[in-house]
Amino acid sequence: MYGKGILKGLGVTWKRFWNTYIDDIAWLIRGKKRYYTEEGVKHRSSKNTRGIFTVQYPEERLILPEEARYLPFLVYDEGENGKKEVRCTSCGICAKVCPPQCIWIVRSNDPNTGRPIPEPTEFFIDADICMNCGFCAEYCPFDAIIMDHDFEIASYSRNVYNMEKLLKPASYYRSIRPENYARNEAERKAKEEAKAAKAAGAQKATAA
Amino acid sequence: MDNEKLSLPQYDIPEDIQNAVAITTLDRLYNWGRRSSVWPLMFGLACCAIEMIAAQASRYDMARFGMEVMRPTPRQADMMLVSGTVTKKMAPAIVRLYNQMPEPKYVVAMGACASGGGPFKEGYNVVAGIDKFIPVDVYIPGCPPTPQALIAGLIKLQEKIDKESIRKVRWYRKGPDTMEIPLPILGPDLIDPRRNAEIKMAAAETKEGA
Amino acid sequence: MMTTPASTTTIDLVQRFPGSVSADTRPGYSGFIVEKDKLVEVATAIRDEFGFDLLTAVTGVDYLPENKMEVVYHAYKTTGGPGLCFKVQVPREDPVEVPSLIHIYPGVDLQEREAWDLLGIKFTGHPDLRRILMWEGFEGHPLRKDWKEAFYEEDAKPFKSRWPDGKFYMAEDNTPLKDNLNFPQNFDPEKWIPEDDQMLYQSLKRYTVKNEEGLETDRIVVNMGPQHPSTHGVFRAAITLDGETIVGLKPVVGYLHRNHDKIGERNTFLQNMPFTDRLDYFNSMSNNFGYAIAVEKLMNIPVAERADYIRVIMAELSRIQNHLVFIGMLLNDLGAMYTPALYAFEERELILDIFEAVSGARMMCNYLRFGGVVRDIPEDVMQKIKDMVFERLPAKTDEMDRLLSENEVLVSRLKGVKVLDAETAIKYSVTGPVLRAAGVPYDLRRADPYSVYDRFDFDVAVRQNGDMYDNYAIRLDEIRQSLRILEQAVKGIPQGPINSQKPQYQVRVPAGEAYGRIESPKGELAFYVVSNGKPNPWRYHVRPASFVNITALEEMCIGTKIADFVALLGMLDIVMGELDR
Ligand code: SF4
Ligand code: SF4
Ligand code: SF4
Repeated sequence: MYGKGILKGLGVTWKRFWNTYIDDIAWLIRGKKRYYTEEGVKHRSSKNTRGIFTVQYPEERLILPEEARYLPFLVYDEGENGKKEVRCTSCGICAKVCPPQCIWIVRSNDPNTGRPIPEPTEFFIDADICMNCGFCAEYCPFDAIIMDHDFEIASYSRNVYNMEKLLKPASYYRSIRPENYARNEAERKAKEEAKAAKAAGAQKATAA
Repeated sequence: MDNEKLSLPQYDIPEDIQNAVAITTLDRLYNWGRRSSVWPLMFGLACCAIEMIAAQASRYDMARFGMEVMRPTPRQADMMLVSGTVTKKMAPAIVRLYNQMPEPKYVVAMGACASGGGPFKEGYNVVAGIDKFIPVDVYIPGCPPTPQALIAGLIKLQEKIDKESIRKVRWYRKGPDTMEIPLPILGPDLIDPRRNAEIKMAAAETKEGA
Repeated sequence: MMTTPASTTTIDLVQRFPGSVSADTRPGYSGFIVEKDKLVEVATAIRDEFGFDLLTAVTGVDYLPENKMEVVYHAYKTTGGPGLCFKVQVPREDPVEVPSLIHIYPGVDLQEREAWDLLGIKFTGHPDLRRILMWEGFEGHPLRKDWKEAFYEEDAKPFKSRWPDGKFYMAEDNTPLKDNLNFPQNFDPEKWIPEDDQMLYQSLKRYTVKNEEGLETDRIVVNMGPQHPSTHGVFRAAITLDGETIVGLKPVVGYLHRNHDKIGERNTFLQNMPFTDRLDYFNSMSNNFGYAIAVEKLMNIPVAERADYIRVIMAELSRIQNHLVFIGMLLNDLGAMYTPALYAFEERELILDIFEAVSGARMMCNYLRFGGVVRDIPEDVMQKIKDMVFERLPAKTDEMDRLLSENEVLVSRLKGVKVLDAETAIKYSVTGPVLRAAGVPYDLRRADPYSVYDRFDFDVAVRQNGDMYDNYAIRLDEIRQSLRILEQAVKGIPQGPINSQKPQYQVRVPAGEAYGRIESPKGELAFYVVSNGKPNPWRYHVRPASFVNITALEEMCIGTKIADFVALLGMLDIVMGELDR
């Protein structure tokens, strides 16, 4: 019969249309809120989603996975009385590995000793070049540069980020990437312990 | 925009008609109209365009911002979403499209490429940011900006529109109401006619074979 | 690793052509070097006597230190098996001339034009040797090693100015014109006369016709693009029309030429990985895959077994979303605005969620590393993949099938409109679903298996008619086959490390060449990489499926109505990032 295929197709759209309302009612009966809740968004991003699929940004937001990456930022640990202890040691690995070469780091020397100061004097990332590849965060040996989740960064002018703009506290890092943070901390602790043990071992050796 | 935001709070509206009338200024009304019906030009350049399409597709809802009507012709569009790498070969076409758009018009540079060249900036055929040719209102960093980031950028554009005033906007001033931008020319390299004198001077100084 | 070498010793070209063909004996290289004068003869023999009917890639390499230019050809058999690589070497003095192979393999058309444009290799006998990616009048041949652009800093990354004394500056600040511009000496912009596409219009066949009385008539030329809603990006076609019938067509590309090759030759091997994401931006996982295979071949390292499975899973998921979006977009082009596209994008978003969870980004995944992948799939994401593969995607594919495949309007629009037949497709080096829809079961996953594809049980989707309907339907077939592969891969994925190498940002790549190719959703995607032992590739060439596939566009469109053009172009499933690079 001519038109059977069209009807079949219309059946699909018809079903999709009603699915939204069926699900609405189902959620209502279960006494749950389908819209503007995390649960609702989660459901809409799961395999069971049907009917309406829209996430009403900005009232609702997608739940970003831990690994999501946008632009990088620099991490500082909050020291005593609010002192920013920048983790970066200006080793330069991120600047070397960055594919479009959009990281600029100025390392300076201590005027007294002539030795390099670990903390970078200046740190620039040209956000209008950065390709969000994540290499800098991947290869930084000190977990000092991390890919951010914040994407609401549109502005009215070009975006070149300096150190001030790039620095964010470690607590923020923990809040966006709890698992990575925990893993880093564990690694750091293990390293420190190994160092301490080695130092203790060395002390013992000299004492003996 | 709902009534509360549209009406000015400093006027007292009698209680019984509060939901029936709204007092506002012409500016506010005008801006409200503008910002709620920004029609983008249907025009994609590169990878970012795919995220722009995604933002128009199932999961995101641009209709809530009055931006779902993508016009394939510049003559009906209010906003140019430069979504991707601007190459030298493409630059004349983009400027021409911009010239064809009626005022008021807005330009959003989506992604690193359109904002400042992006990862391909060093390439010989890449224009380091569309703002070299046309004025840009909002820059959205990211490579590519996710659809949510794009919408956040468009909200930023709406905020900018909200700050406009009829008395100051360009297209109600005296003089030519549109900004005609001279088309770049494809020469041995991209020639911007506005810079002819400069180019001539620089070319005179280049050494042979450089 | 299961990739086969680019050439085998079973074919003895040297014996067949003593004196004019010699084996390439440089360490790390393979194949044959053919004397320039004998090239046409040898190529004819390669096609007719040895049966290499598919010439996939032509490109040039500039060996500046040896003062040589080399043109590299890769030929394969559509029946499968290893390929044959042959080269021509010519001195690097202008003009660099090599005979064109266009009469033997018409598929080289655009690729030879590209080599002319970017490397200045003149292919004698090519009927239409115009620039292709850059415009006519552009100064110089940019891929030559001694050509430098305005923002040139150093030959190789990392640039020394970034650290430890990385005072920020914009690249513009360092150039005399404060922009990415370079002009020849004493250039006067006011006296410049732009070429205005005259050459393009002249190249259009039968642009002017003469009737019996000697009256000359111009045919109408219609330019579609570069800004056109249905050309899938900044693609432009100059079409001559006789009434509504297409009588001539030339693709005009390069509007998104982002200098991938040139930048790639400055990048370190690893730094190219995220750049490959931006080739075919629908399928960054596949692009990573192809590049990783090429470099792994060069480095001669194994891939961790688990990582190989992960790669296959990601590549196949990528293929599914690509084909779904293809169907949606095709229907958009045909006028069925949005509904199928919106349905397709729903599944795409869910697949992109998986990509984002494993790699961090939705589109630009940058997920593969040499020897493996960057991080393992977390448990919950694995569950999500299983849910999609076993439950959702099969159901949604069937739904798409139900929605469209029998729709009478669609069927009458698509059935019987010829796209390509098998012979023409092979002639023009077309690969991918378009070739298979014409009845040639040529799928690299079978014909020349790479990674762990030889462990999976699946059929090569093939259709016989080569019309638009078959081209549409084969996409659904391929989704189903991909799901089959995915089911086996998800079930059979072994535990173990995800990389055979240590994480390192500076890989050691011995000198040599490698041609790594995969079956990307659009066709054969290949990377030709030449290393000279330094941290950066000496030559980095991408052989994109889209670019080579549009070689056949003119042949496909001539004689059809202009209304079909958009659909025919849609069938090729081009993506500009890959086409123009
Ligand atoms: S790699 Fe890490 S520690 Fe080294 S310079 Fe970069 S951010 Fe600082
Ligand atoms: S994310 Fe990539 S491009 Fe951006 S700063 Fe880091 S390494 Fe450079
Ligand atoms: S900013 Fe990134 S994603 Fe956007 S067009 Fe440029 S390279 Fe592509």
